[in-house]
Amino acid sequence: MPLSSRHLLGMHGVPKEDIQLILDTATTFKEVLQRPIKKVPTLQGKTIVNLFYENSTRTRISFELAEKRLSADSINFSVSGSSVSKGETLKDTIKNIEAMKVDMVVVRHAAAGVPLFLTKVCHSNIINAGDGVHEHPTQALLDMYSIREKLGTLKGLKVCIVGDIAHSRVALSNIFGLKTMGADVSVCGPSTMIPKFMENLGVKVIYNIDEAIQENDVLNILRIQLERKAREYFPSIREYHQYFGITRERLEKNGKDVVILHPGPINRGVEISSEVADGSSQIILDQVTNGVAVRMAVLYLLGTSN
Amino acid sequence: MKILLKNINLIHPLEKLSKSADILISNGLIEDIGDNLKTNNDVKVFDFSGKYAAPGFVDMHVHLREPGREDEETIETGCLAAAAGGFTEIACMPNTDPALDSAEVVALIKKKAQNNLVDVHPIAAATVNRKGEVISPMGELYDAGAKGFSDDGNVIKTSSILKRALEYSLMYGTPVIEHCEDDSLLGGSMNEGFNSTLLGLNPIPSVAEDIIVMRDILMAEYTGGKIHIAHISTKRSIELVRDAKKRGVNVTAEVTPHHFTLTDDALKTYDTNYKMSPPLRSKADLDEILKGLKDGTIDVIASDHAPHSIEEKEVEFEYAPNGIIGLETEVGLTLSELYHKKVLTLEQVVEKLSINPRKILNLPIPSFKKGEKANITIFDVNEIWTVDISKQKSKSINSPFDKRLLNGNAVAAINNGKMYYKNEMVEV
Repeated sequence: MPLSSRHLLGMHGVPKEDIQLILDTATTFKEVLQRPIKKVPTLQGKTIVNLFYENSTRTRISFELAEKRLSADSINFSVSGSSVSKGETLKDTIKNIEAMKVDMVVVRHAAAGVPLFLTKVCHSNIINAGDGVHEHPTQALLDMYSIREKLGTLKGLKVCIVGDIAHSRVALSNIFGLKTMGADVSVCGPSTMIPKFMENLGVKVIYNIDEAIQENDVLNILRIQLERKAREYFPSIREYHQYFGITRERLEKNGKDVVILHPGPINRGVEISSEVADGSSQIILDQVTNGVAVRMAVLYLLGTSN
Repeated sequence: MKILLKNINLIHPLEKLSKSADILISNGLIEDIGDNLKTNNDVKVFDFSGKYAAPGFVDMHVHLREPGREDEETIETGCLAAAAGGFTEIACMPNTDPALDSAEVVALIKKKAQNNLVDVHPIAAATVNRKGEVISPMGELYDAGAKGFSDDGNVIKTSSILKRALEYSLMYGTPVIEHCEDDSLLGGSMNEGFNSTLLGLNPIPSVAEDIIVMRDILMAEYTGGKIHIAHISTKRSIELVRDAKKRGVNVTAEVTPHHFTLTDDALKTYDTNYKMSPPLRSKADLDEILKGLKDGTIDVIASDHAPHSIEEKEVEFEYAPNGIIGLETEVGLTLSELYHKKVLTLEQVVEKLSINPRKILNLPIPSFKKGEKANITIFDVNEIWTVDISKQKSKSINSPFDKRLLNGNAVAAINNGKMYYKNEMVEV
């Protein structure tokens, strides 16, 4: 059974069956990753371009590894030293790359909507690796995979996304994906970092972190982007940590064993303390491993669909 | 050439007229008007049965791009697009390069627009280089032909400069035309709402417009100056203008066809032809716009015709410039969305496309009387047509209305001894 779309642009509108298929396929690939020889010939002969207009370490490496494990040929295109600095438009860049006969494009870009734009100007399968503050679907898929692996199901689970919701592509993709899978989703963070119409998405808004801990089975802790203007949205790092930081004391006080996810990279001592980040209930490093398996599943399912 | 317009329905909100008549035009003047006018071999006859003639339409918000971006539009192509869209007069906005802030640039525009069917009325910058620091030489600009003052594209930055601009322009009776957006609340690329949450695009809150509309109303009230709100787009702004008018404040407002036709639902495609400033708003805002048009709170329909090159628009949504062309779809959209949907009567349509902009800019109102200058727009309320942007006269093609089916269209424009009809310019 193939996926219902030949692109993965976001989690919005992706049917339950597709998510199920990706997660189940990822289980197979995770098994491959445990083998001494971690490579399958599935995408031999396929060429995949990793088109990264924004800095990324883990997502790019994760995709690149997934491509190599599937025996695809991958090319990395990153913004520095490319034609972009010479003033070439995105359309021209993608047309030129496609003229070299590529099959799939993994794209990350600071502007929302770029993956959709690419589907209109080229023929390759497009995979969104993060567009602005819009979506980051493979992150949501690997988060869902990790939760399912740990707790056995997604349906009926209570999941809270904590942090800068307004400036997070991870939040939106998680909300769409988790809700499709039947989870009960809430968000928690400073009110300046929660988009005005969040509740219209069917998401509960919580401003008190203790309440969020008590009410939920899973907390997905977003990174506070210290380097971005997100800083203007709350008074200080100290205050953020004090009211929204996840610490051992806070978890113990609430007497609740809650699963902690974090998409990384972690700001230790800001949104999460080291003790919690390294603690037993967290699955943060599992997420990274699972990321490769989930991306293999996505690439495989899209790459063999046409 | 003498022409005779046969059996045309006359519509003029300020003149009591028999419904249908013939108009004989020669040397640019109405030589005769009446029933069953006699004709001879020198006269070319056009049967306009079922069509309407109104005092020439005026679009008071057009970006002609000359000087500076002649690759996008020129005075010549912009005027042709206006004539094709049924306009006999337009006002051009000052965000050119250089800005329209000196008598020389105003004179250049007037000179280039000479001998054209379409009269071009420059709106000069309200402040030097539209920077909001020092008011422009309004006296000189007025003498050179400026009909209003605006930093369009930008808001007039400080209340103190706005106060001076309103006070100074009082001497000329000209309006200060405001682009109402608090720039400390900008930085986004679409209306803040459910759709911006869904699309991950940085939002512009509607209150960014409301705050400046409120400020401007208060300042007009205080100074007695004349403020015109360009492209009004929010529910709250319209309510503010409605209240201010009741108090007798000298405030007027215009709306664009895209704001009375579309909402931010259209942005789901990330098509940059839906990116404008102010942004497309919510359904509640659109409903209030229709109400404001109906009750007269909104005086004018204007296109905010903003040509942009293909390469500028065919980019990432957040990086694309704001604005769309609109001269050639304006009459069609007005008739389709407002007249046929019973928001406005035909008389009100003519008020908002012809009479009111003339009043705001102090332009003479053409009369359907013997011996008067022939400045006439002819339109058809029942022409069903599909927009084909590639066939339009504007130099640019950035329009979200390509392939849209419209009911009603401009038929001809007559002014300055010329008639534009069916893609042809003839001397009359």
